[in-house]
Amino acid sequence: MSETEGGAPAHGAHGAHEDHAPEGFWRKYIFSVDHKMIGIQYGITALIFLFFGFILMLLMRWQLAYPGEANPLLALVAGDGAEFFPGGKITDGFYNQLGAMHGTIMVFMGVVPLAVGAFGNYFVPLQIGAIDMAFPRLNMASYWSFFVGGVIMLASFFAEGGAAQAGWTAYPPLSEITPAKGQIMWLLGMVFLITSSLLGSINFVVTIIQLRAPGLTYMRMPFFVWAQLVTAFLLLLAFPPLEAAGFMQLSDKVFGSSFFLPSGLVVSSEQLGNSGGGSAILWQHLFWFLAHPEVYVLILPAMGIVAEVIANNTRKPLFGYKSLVYSLIFLGFMSFIVWAHHMFMTGMGEQVAAFFQTTTMIISIPSVVILTALFLSLWGGSIRFTTPMLFALGFLPMFGIGGLTGLPLGLTITDIPLHDTYYVIGHFHYVVAPGTLLGLFAGIYYWFPKMTGRKLNDVLGKIHFWGTFVCMNGVFWPMLHQGMSGVSRRLFDGGESYAHAQDVLWLNKVMSHSAFALFVFQLFFVVNFLWSYFAGKKVEENPWEATTLEWAAPTPPIPHGNFETVPTVYRGPYEYSVPGQERDFVPQDQAELA
Amino acid sequence: MEIPYTVDLRPDTRLTNPKLGIWLFLASEVMLFGALFSTYIFLRVANAEWGPHPDAKLNVWLGMINTFVLIASSVTMVMCWATLKMNQFKDFKRNLLYTVVLALTFMVIKSFEYGGKFSHDIFPSTSTFYATYFLMTGLHGIHVVGGVVVLVYFLGPGKKMWETEPEKFTNRIEVTGLYWHFVDLVWIFLFPTFYLLS
Amino acid sequence: MSEHAEDVRKQVKVYIGVFIALSVLTVVTVLVAGLDVSVPVGLLIGLLIALVKGSLVAFFFMHLSHEKKLIYGTLVLTVFFFLVLIFVPIFALTGSFESPEHLYDFEAPTSVHEH
Repeated sequence: MSETEGGAPAHGAHGAHEDHAPEGFWRKYIFSVDHKMIGIQYGITALIFLFFGFILMLLMRWQLAYPGEANPLLALVAGDGAEFFPGGKITDGFYNQLGAMHGTIMVFMGVVPLAVGAFGNYFVPLQIGAIDMAFPRLNMASYWSFFVGGVIMLASFFAEGGAAQAGWTAYPPLSEITPAKGQIMWLLGMVFLITSSLLGSINFVVTIIQLRAPGLTYMRMPFFVWAQLVTAFLLLLAFPPLEAAGFMQLSDKVFGSSFFLPSGLVVSSEQLGNSGGGSAILWQHLFWFLAHPEVYVLILPAMGIVAEVIANNTRKPLFGYKSLVYSLIFLGFMSFIVWAHHMFMTGMGEQVAAFFQTTTMIISIPSVVILTALFLSLWGGSIRFTTPMLFALGFLPMFGIGGLTGLPLGLTITDIPLHDTYYVIGHFHYVVAPGTLLGLFAGIYYWFPKMTGRKLNDVLGKIHFWGTFVCMNGVFWPMLHQGMSGVSRRLFDGGESYAHAQDVLWLNKVMSHSAFALFVFQLFFVVNFLWSYFAGKKVEENPWEATTLEWAAPTPPIPHGNFETVPTVYRGPYEYSVPGQERDFVPQDQAELA
Repeated sequence: MEIPYTVDLRPDTRLTNPKLGIWLFLASEVMLFGALFSTYIFLRVANAEWGPHPDAKLNVWLGMINTFVLIASSVTMVMCWATLKMNQFKDFKRNLLYTVVLALTFMVIKSFEYGGKFSHDIFPSTSTFYATYFLMTGLHGIHVVGGVVVLVYFLGPGKKMWETEPEKFTNRIEVTGLYWHFVDLVWIFLFPTFYLLS
Repeated sequence: MSEHAEDVRKQVKVYIGVFIALSVLTVVTVLVAGLDVSVPVGLLIGLLIALVKGSLVAFFFMHLSHEKKLIYGTLVLTVFFFLVLIFVPIFALTGSFESPEHLYDFEAPTSVHEH
């Protein structure tokens, strides 16, 4: 072998500018195999889907604040004969479609593709000093599978009977007896989305293990890369059971089998007439076996981004890097054995419930360690309140609230009154919205300069941050209160017809108005993004003076190659404020200390 | 620029990318079929009525023949890799052909079985036993077909790579073999589960 | 893989041996199914034989016997989660971590479907 030990073939002066026939439009932009282009494809597609999911939520929040009143935007689109919103009034069936699809789109088509497909794809190879992912064509296939799945999901709104309307959880028997064809399309869409994730996860694990640059040991990897590695393992092993369950539900709906339908089921006063012998609980087990690790898939990449941004903007190493890494690994492992805490109310016995309660309490420990380490990383730092740092700082207390509100749900006794109430919705949205989304925004503001050579505008960015932060709390805090008052989730009228909800109904208006305001503040981001892409302030290669390898690549990194020469790593990822150095940071690929 | 460790071993892991990749894929497949076996066990334990109708059981002989067929195809598959390592390209082509023929034999026998069931009005909707039977053997069958597609590709245009990059080609056959053995492995568990234990 | 032709030739003999073993075990599986034992015992024997056959395929055909630690580690982790997925849901069916003998201690509704 002519290679240096563990090293990539050193092409020296050729670097990445090897002879490539100029690529046509289709090969360069549409069917690209370059991880950066694929990352951008994922990013744009995911942001569009996120926006769509956001609109669905706004429609729901209209109905909740003004039950039964015509929505002016829908009224423009619909005539009096519109099936789902005659004259603009949202029907109960349509509300259910909005609910199920909002959840599905946000989780599977928005957050994960953005966090993993976009940020992961673009920056993991760069941060480990690789020229691309291990399997570039597989990467392309992952993106297109995701795209097809997404199109199927959106198209399902136009199916006969409407889109899926049994929650993002698609529990049988409801999901199986609903005549809406959109429910079948949901299952097909999920198959494509799951396949995309599986192919992608293989790529991530192999890339991180095999393509690290010389000198980049596991314990010198940026925390973001660790987070993506654990996330990839979660996707790899947890998604297949849901794919299997998806096939089973498809079989029930298309071939009339009874995997999830018990014997003797009566629907609308008539016996269903199927073979029976199935179990609705089986679906729940298989669904939550994926969906619990899925929530860690939702949070870990964002935690990774927050860690990067905090280290960079405190000008000091992260506190407790080792404990962060070990907690991450332990968390990933535990995430596979807590799933039935979503099923405490299904009639399971005491011992099994106690088992899941215990594992759930245990899994909160690594979460707390990670959050504490991130908080402690601020101590003694020279904090720069840049826009990405604001988002990263905002993430911390919000994830804290999200995590703490999860505890009563994980304890069986307190779960009894809280299960399936708005408290649950408040809890998980705190983790995903002011949690993950703030983290992802931090990533966008942080990495935009590396991708485009320009900075996003600071003033617009700060308005975006404060508006988003305040409004998100306005949307989700009252949910905790409503839930504790007993208001159930997925209610089409927001609790209007329930006596026990009357005192907290006014909060619906508070939440909806906050949501509308939240929308307005996102416009600041959209305008900032588009304007800055073309006319933002130009910056050099490492404007944040960061240590990790992506900043050693040119801006933007070279297509099909990334670096001028393959970097060698000499030190850890967060060597900020090293005593005796001229600059307050030492890049990972800098050989000698000054 | 070439992605490193596609053919060469990375020194610290002593693995190539495709070798690691295929094992990770197989791990996910273990979870996929695992969920289905879990379903079989769950539904059987939870359901007082289980099992095919007394008159319409599965044909043990066909199942046993198919088991032999698939095991044989695993042998010819691993011989594909072995003959390449020993530079015996003609023997490799022969073994590959045998593997494809055996795989197709498996599918033919399977279609006989399915056809027989359908003609007796037995479908996934008949009972949870048959629902599970059709889904698991059907998914397994799809995996066999997928494997056949890849094998045929290597019989055809794919084998050209032997002339230009023999080591990479051998690795590809090895990786394909790993997938194929896994498909055989799943059947080894499916056979007793459905044909013998009801 | 840096194996020489000679080593591979020896392995071929092993492959043939494994094939014979697998064929024999297949016949044994079928014969055992005809034995007059209780369902749980029959299940156990059948699964054990399948496990042996599967191990032969994995260790010899898939070369798992001299695979790297990383692969082993991933597989061990996978098998652990596989077992969790197999066993935990059925424990959740019963009141506790005991066998589901008392599952049918209630009046099941008469079913309506005909064959």
